[in-house]
Amino acid sequence: MNILVCVKRVPTVGGAITLTADSRAIDTKASGFTISPHEECAVEEAVRLAERFGGSVTVVSLGPVEAEEQLRACLALGAAAAVLVETSPGVETGPMATAAALSSVAASGGFDLILLGNEASDTGGYQVGIRLAHLLGRPVATGAKAITVSDDGSSLAASRSYRGVTETFTLPLPCVVTVKEGINLPRYPSLPGRLRAKRAAIKRVPVEAAGHVSAGDVRMTSLRVPDAPRKQATVLGQGPAAVPALVAVLAEIGVIA
Amino acid sequence: MSDMPTRASAVVIGAGIVGNSLVYHLSELGWRDVVLVDKGPLPNPGGSTGHASNFIFPIEYSRLMFELTRDSTEQYKALGVFTESGGIEVARTPERMQELKRRVTKAKGWGIPAEHLTPEGVQKLVPYLDPGVILGGGYFPTVGVVDSLRAGTLMRERAQAAGALSVLSGAEVLDITTEAGRVTGIVTSKGEIATDNVVICCGVWSAKVAALAGARLALTPTVHQMISVGPIGLFAGTTGEISYPIVRDVDEGMYERQHGGDMEVGSYMHRPIIVPPETIPSNEEAVLSPTEFPFTADDFDPQLAASLELMPELLGDEKAGIRYAINGLISMTPDGHPLLGETPEVKGLWTAAASWIKEGPGCGRAIAELMSGKVPTVDVHEADVARFYPSARSTGFARARAAEAFNKMYGIVHPAEQYESLRPLRTTPLYERAKDLGAVFYETARWERPYWYASNEPLLEKYAGRLMERPAEWESRWWSPVINAEHLAMRDGAGLVDLSAFSILDVAGPGALGALQNLAVAQLDVPVGRTVYTPFLNDAGGFVADLTIMRLGASHFRVVTGGADGGRDAKWISDRLPDNAQLADVSSAWATIGLWGPRAGDILAAVNRDGDQKPPLPFGTTGIFELGGAAVLGSRISYVGEFGWELHVPADQAGHLWDLLWDAGQPHGLVPVGIGVYGTTARLEKGYRAFGAELTPEYNPVEAGLARPKVKAAPFIGKEAYLAARATAPAAVLCTLTVDSHTSADGTPRYMLGGEPVLTLDGARLVDSHGRPSYVTSAGSGPSVGRHLLMAYLPPDLSAVGTPLLVEYMGEPYPVTVASQGAVFDPDGSRMR
Repeated sequence: MNILVCVKRVPTVGGAITLTADSRAIDTKASGFTISPHEECAVEEAVRLAERFGGSVTVVSLGPVEAEEQLRACLALGAAAAVLVETSPGVETGPMATAAALSSVAASGGFDLILLGNEASDTGGYQVGIRLAHLLGRPVATGAKAITVSDDGSSLAASRSYRGVTETFTLPLPCVVTVKEGINLPRYPSLPGRLRAKRAAIKRVPVEAAGHVSAGDVRMTSLRVPDAPRKQATVLGQGPAAVPALVAVLAEIGVIA
Repeated sequence: MSDMPTRASAVVIGAGIVGNSLVYHLSELGWRDVVLVDKGPLPNPGGSTGHASNFIFPIEYSRLMFELTRDSTEQYKALGVFTESGGIEVARTPERMQELKRRVTKAKGWGIPAEHLTPEGVQKLVPYLDPGVILGGGYFPTVGVVDSLRAGTLMRERAQAAGALSVLSGAEVLDITTEAGRVTGIVTSKGEIATDNVVICCGVWSAKVAALAGARLALTPTVHQMISVGPIGLFAGTTGEISYPIVRDVDEGMYERQHGGDMEVGSYMHRPIIVPPETIPSNEEAVLSPTEFPFTADDFDPQLAASLELMPELLGDEKAGIRYAINGLISMTPDGHPLLGETPEVKGLWTAAASWIKEGPGCGRAIAELMSGKVPTVDVHEADVARFYPSARSTGFARARAAEAFNKMYGIVHPAEQYESLRPLRTTPLYERAKDLGAVFYETARWERPYWYASNEPLLEKYAGRLMERPAEWESRWWSPVINAEHLAMRDGAGLVDLSAFSILDVAGPGALGALQNLAVAQLDVPVGRTVYTPFLNDAGGFVADLTIMRLGASHFRVVTGGADGGRDAKWISDRLPDNAQLADVSSAWATIGLWGPRAGDILAAVNRDGDQKPPLPFGTTGIFELGGAAVLGSRISYVGEFGWELHVPADQAGHLWDLLWDAGQPHGLVPVGIGVYGTTARLEKGYRAFGAELTPEYNPVEAGLARPKVKAAPFIGKEAYLAARATAPAAVLCTLTVDSHTSADGTPRYMLGGEPVLTLDGARLVDSHGRPSYVTSAGSGPSVGRHLLMAYLPPDLSAVGTPLLVEYMGEPYPVTVASQGAVFDPDGSRMR
């Protein structure tokens, strides 16, 4: 089973977000870059499927040359090949352009399965997976928290939960699935994996060769950091006097009957 | 906050290992109303302590760092947070095998258990290490790991329990207020606190915080990369934090240290990554903590390969992942030592910055003692923040030297190792002349000093057979036989020495005499025109300085001291001056030329210009006289044991004076002479002591053989201790030893460079009744006596001339003999008169 996983270089967030002076980017000088958590799970899922069914995993990213760092991180986890669709510095790519650029790579490789994260952790557009499937003319399931491939490798079942209900979709291969964090627990890179990744060649494709920037695509005008959420902590009281209020809260949230 | 104190006896900024240790020791010394402030949360406010690998190797070449590490380790043990694991430094190269011999010998000198291991011996202790990759190892069984966060918490809580401390976390220091050069308080994001004492224990933020008060610290944050790999199958069955010795793969600049189920791999071999303090994020912005920067994998990849080679199966396990990886920030200074003491710029502003885990508690104790007016238990003069002149307190210098020193962290660093970045900075007026003469420059306090002159190479032939050449590469590194040729030429004719790197401090005013009398052991109430050689002592009677003082007028004294010592000495003096005396550092305004040798008098006479005056002649006299149409301040003293003068001239006339003496000296065999002769060979032949080598706060003048026949009536600091020392037999006696045989096991003659342990004929380590080890304080050639000379403090019963002993060098014993407690050359000093 040959699988393509699409990943995106995004700023690492952990603490308070600060913006660059022009409010057009997140200040990353002390945070660095990574791929989205959903995508980490997509890579892990792909590697597990390849381990089980054979075949190989290719990762692709649309982004600046620096995104090679993220591709190598995926190679260290078990991906066998990587393609960078290289954008020029400062060029903005919305979901339409991204899907178009990825589709030419996806169409050319004979992939049985294309995995993406459900949404990118920076823009949160939720669009690229669906648009990519549409361009390729393949079925797509989104938000998958479980993927089960049939023993003969001809179809898969993708499940997701919504308000306590589990939906399962069966899709014929080849298809596109976007996955959500929680589908698996991604592994850490091993030392030999990291060294293999360092030696691996990354195929670079200029974005012009991959597709065209579409008119009417989503464009970013500026960024704003929303006000911090209100404090969630409430002081119920001090010492033994606080006990009745505490018991009431525990009962209300169902911890005690 | 209602309970926030508004007044404190001292405010300690930074709740890492150093700040926590400091508040504990302040409390133990009786301080109350101390406040500990940190902008981060407790117990891990986000500084370097929080991500430290927390292991301690006791072995250090520097006495200071060894003692700080020893004291810190004892404190960790007393707190119950030390786990002994043992540690091994492995060698991949023959050069490193020699270095391990030097390390194990040094350990022996300090009394630390250490032994050499074969590759198989290493594998026995570390079964997952591939012995085929290494040539051997040095095993230090007392290596261990500590819980530094726990230690800090315990110490902080003890100070709180004693009622001595208030703790203010989440409070950022916004300003340090001063008035007339004194600290008056701090402004934090939670309010203001009035105080006379502020201590900077801020690690990588220290320079930024010091700047709030107008002080500059030579310190830069630097990246140290570390990863944690796990789960390691082999460690699954072990209990506790560590069960296997820590391995330092020193040739690769790396360490591998078990931490529970993981293996931590750290590196000092990746490219130096210097971090400007303003780019360190706040606690809120940081992804992990402010000092755990995002890992840059590309920099670490070569290190992965090296670690994999050493521990192929353990680290090559595909199931073990890199679970944690950081670019951790650490503090680096230009010379690798912490910055301890009160800053020269601001009274009441103290620093304990750049102390690592292994030194932290020791530094905390030392600063608490200094703040309490006590002589510190561990001599920390080498780490005195005042050692750096303003020229070395620059950001650029700190960054350049940190970048250069980073990859030497586990390197084989020669005792005379020279750094190359940002040179030259301080050049004497004679620099171009020295360069033309092929001078090889060594750096001291950023001054360029000629160590020897290539122009003297023709002398090698003249003195062939007396040059004491060094066939082993190690001892010939940063050395030349030209030094010994210059030495002999000076003793035969005369030498001209550029001493312009001296620190020259003018102390003047009605209170000058009284103030200096209070500092000096020697009588300074002497006639104008005398030069006095004197130590300064601390309250315990140990040396704090060693210098000469010229009395130029009734209320005007000129202090001449070493370039490396002037910063500390200037602070020691100016801290103790009354309002009616001032100190001015005129080092850059004056140049000093030494003219010494049997023909020095002839040369001065030959200058002979119309109107010239006679130079001061009796030994110990000083005065301004006209020479070659210029006014020169001459002082009839010598540190090389020859007749002659120290000639001081304003810097603008130094070239003139040099040329004059140069021309006049040619018929008299005058040669340029470098610091290799002045500071080592000629000095050692004469048994002259050097501050920092023989003269340290650990020893007193009686032990150093510098007690004078009489004690002046006037009081001076350390007098009581000095009188007490004179009334009792010394516990150690400073001696000069000669090496009787240089032949090593492989037949190559070897020459000690200093620092080696002195042993009994049975090979037992020598320690005096105060617990001080006997080791070589200075070493060098004695070309005029044809012997390699060593100085060392010895227990009195082994200090008699003729006593045979051993000195261990690179793991082998060499026979030595006590030759003198004074000079081995011209012992009665007749050549100087």
